[in-house]
Order: sequence, then structure tokens, then C-alpha cells
Amino acid sequence: MPTAVLGAEVADIVYFSSVSGNTARFVEKLGRPASRIPLYASEPPLEQREPYVLIVPTYGSGNGKGAVPKQVIRFLNDEQNRKHLRGVIAAGNTNFGAGYGLAGDIIARKCGVPHLYRFELFGTADDVRVVQDGLDALWQR
Amino acid sequence: MDTRDTQAADAAFDELADASPVDPAQARETVEAEQAEAAEAFTEGAPQTEAQQRQHKHNHLVQAINWNRIEDEKDLEVWNRLVNNFWLPEKVPLSNDVQSWGTLTEAEKLLTMRVFTGLTLLDTIQGTVGAVSLIPDAITPHEEAVYTNIAFMESVHAKSYSSIFSTLASTKEIDEAFRWSQENPYLQRKAEIIIGYYEGDDPLKRKIASTLLESFMFYSGFYLPMYWSSRAKLTNTADLIRLIIRDEAVHGYYIGYKFQKGYEKLTAEKQAEIKDYTYSLLYELYENESKYTAELYDPVGLTEDVKKFLHYNANKALMNLGFEPLFPTTVTDVSPAILSSLSPNADENHDFFSGSGSSYVIGKAEATEDDDWDF
Repeated sequence: MPTAVLGAEVADIVYFSSVSGNTARFVEKLGRPASRIPLYASEPPLEQREPYVLIVPTYGSGNGKGAVPKQVIRFLNDEQNRKHLRGVIAAGNTNFGAGYGLAGDIIARKCGVPHLYRFELFGTADDVRVVQDGLDALWQR
Repeated sequence: MDTRDTQAADAAFDELADASPVDPAQARETVEAEQAEAAEAFTEGAPQTEAQQRQHKHNHLVQAINWNRIEDEKDLEVWNRLVNNFWLPEKVPLSNDVQSWGTLTEAEKLLTMRVFTGLTLLDTIQGTVGAVSLIPDAITPHEEAVYTNIAFMESVHAKSYSSIFSTLASTKEIDEAFRWSQENPYLQRKAEIIIGYYEGDDPLKRKIASTLLESFMFYSGFYLPMYWSSRAKLTNTADLIRLIIRDEAVHGYYIGYKFQKGYEKLTAEKQAEIKDYTYSLLYELYENESKYTAELYDPVGLTEDVKKFLHYNANKALMNLGFEPLFPTTVTDVSPAILSSLSPNADENHDFFSGSGSSYVIGKAEATEDDDWDF
């Protein structure tokens, strides 16, 4: 695995957040360099060429259809982007039952990477701490 | 046709005929001026003005809803999500719970009936007063449409408790439970607090009250079917309640999002005031909710765990409004059985980082092609 050095300018997080901004808020709390997948197809696509962890919200209901936001699908359909993916973290809500954080399960399965963690809405202080420590450990592995 | 109606209709036409012809340019100018005035009033979080009320009228009379021109993409996204989630209680095989119901003690049956009438009351309020009261404050016509969907689904929820009752209980038991709901002071108190804000004059406060209802106040009740389900009792009833829980998550998310859109536009001073107000309303509701919970759950010894569930959901309600969670994790640690009854992914949490989650085996990587993705 190529090593990414923490504190370097290169983003080790790629995330998507809709206009409600819950996932963006969680990423802000991590305070690490991060790149946002564009909201609109008219914007230039994001090209990630360094190892990264993907943080995404889960859409839809319990039936799994449309759980991964289409912007994230578009991003992952770039083979180079997929190549550098090391793991996924999914946001959601336990109210959706088996659909809680489902986007992370789907991406993990499709891309053969671990689903590292799930959190609700924009995450609690504990979620931020666990993910922070987890990412530090992951990049030292 | 009633003659009086005919006469009234004729009179209305006379009035129209007498009116001078409308100059379209002037009419447009008037409408725009009123809309601007209404938008400004909303920005300041001021009480509903006459202009706002007029704008609401214009939304109906002048502006036909055009779903091909979306101002806020959340409106369409949430509308679609709600429509895809649509369900009716008749689809859930509640009668399979009859045998299980027979295994409950009298005290457990009484508790269950009371919890469900309490939930019925909240859904009734939200369906007929709460969601409806948000319509005049809507910024876009699509937002209005989403509220009508929310209002209708709340009425479906309220009705589904009656399906549970008629399947499991006798008419006498049902009537007694409804009488209890009318007389219980804590239940009546929470209805009173919420309705007070719905009938008040502040659009943002209405959304706060509504989000707290959707995302917090239901949960002293939702706990019980999750508890029964974790013990393999009333599992079909629990399936129905999970559908309600799923809907409430979308409602709380959407109303909370619309709240945040209004809140963003306030001055820092006004924001601080609204934020304080939110936390103090939550405290007021929480205090009442604790007493309600104790009265219901003390006889079966579950009060402490239900309160943890309340804390956990109060945090989520605050987050739906964009505010930081209030209760520390030491008091939100709901029993894992309840959490996994809510979501099979909740308690395991795939905590790959700490190694405490279920062991994860990295699957064989497959190339992802466009048509692998179903949307």
C-alpha cells in the first residue's frame, strides 16, 4: 500500500454531502485535508490520485434502492478514483433499520474495501474521536 | 343545489363583473412587492405578517406548482423518498400477533395499550395541526406539497394504531385506553405545549416544535414495541412501528433542514436567541417526558433504559435542527437489544477501527462497471 503521510497537503479523505450538509459538517470536525465530490454534474469531476477514505451519506429507504448518492457512483466509476480507495465510512440514521449506513455496505462490497465505521447525522464528539484515531492508525499500517 | 348557494355564487359573479379589468403588469408588480415583503419578514424571523398570509394565498391562486422548475432540490428528493416509503397498515399481518398478545400479563397489556394511545394522540396532532401549520410558512410550492404528504402520513400512522387495537384488544379495553389518554396529565401537557407553538406566530419556533415532536417525543412510546420485538413478542406490530419510525426520520430531517435554511438568514443575536429557545423547550419537554415515562414504565422496571433512549433521540432531534447533541454518551447507552431491534447495524457498528466490530473479511475486488450501479 502506498504510504500517505499525515499532515501532508494531500487529502486523505474524499466525501460527498448534499445541500443539507450533515456529512460536510462531520468532515469539518475531523479537520483533515479533504476533497468534496461535486454536487452538480456541470462541475468538473473530482480526480483523486492518492490513497483515501471515502465518507458518504446514505440515501433512500430500507429497500436499498438509491442508497448510494449518484454523484458518488459517478466518482467511483472513474477507475483511477476506485484504485486509491482504502475504506469507506457511512453516515445514516438507525431509524432506517437495515438501511442504516447501507451506502457504506454497498460501496465496500463493490470495491472490495472495508466498511470502517458508521455514524448518525453529523456524528457525535465520540464518533469524531474514534474516526480521527482510526484514520491515524490506518495510515500508519 | 341549494338556492342559497346559487344566489351566493351569482352574487360573486356580479362582483367579478363589476370589478375593473386587471392590468397584468400592475398585478405582477403587486404580487412581487408582497412576496418581497413576505421574504423579508421571514428573514427576520418576525411573526407572520399580513403579507405572508397574502403570499400564501398567491401561491395557490397565482402560482401553479411546477415540478419541472425546482427551487430547492431537497423538496423533490424528500417528496420522492416519502412516496417510495408509502405504506398502509393493512399490508402488515398484525393478526399473527394475537397468540403473542395472549402471553403478556395484564399489566403488560395495559402498558402497551396506553403507550399506543399516547402515540395515537401525537400522530393525530401532527397530522391535523402540526404539519398543516407549516404549510403557510413554506418558501416554495414544493415545500407545501411535501407538508401535505407528511400530514397525510401522520394520519395513516394514527389510524394504524387503531388497526393494532382492533386486532389485539376488546372494545372495552380500547375505550378505556382512549379515556386514559384524555385524562393523563403528562400526555395532555405535552400536547398542550406543542399545540401552543403550532398556534403561535413564529415560523421558526413552529419548525422547532415540530422537529422535536417527530424526532424526540415519540420515542418514549416507540421503545416498547422495540422491547417486545427484542423478546420475540408482537413482532408484526414492531414491523409496523418500524415503518412509522422510518417515516418520522424523514419528517424530522426535512423539517429540521427547512428550519436551518431560515435560521441561517438570522442575525447572530437572533440566532443565539433561537438556539437558547430550542434547548429550553427541549428541557421543558424532557422534564414532562421523564414523568410520563416513569408513570408508564415504573411498574415494569424499564424507566431507566427508556430514559436513555430519550436522551439518544433528543440528541438526534437537536442534530436534525443543526444543533450539537446535548446528552453525553454516558447517558445515551441504550441497551444493545433495543438498538439492534431498531437497526441490525446499530450495535455492531462495523467498528473496524477499534477491532471491536464483527470481523471483516475483505472481499475480492471486482472491477466496477457503469451498469453495476443500479440507479
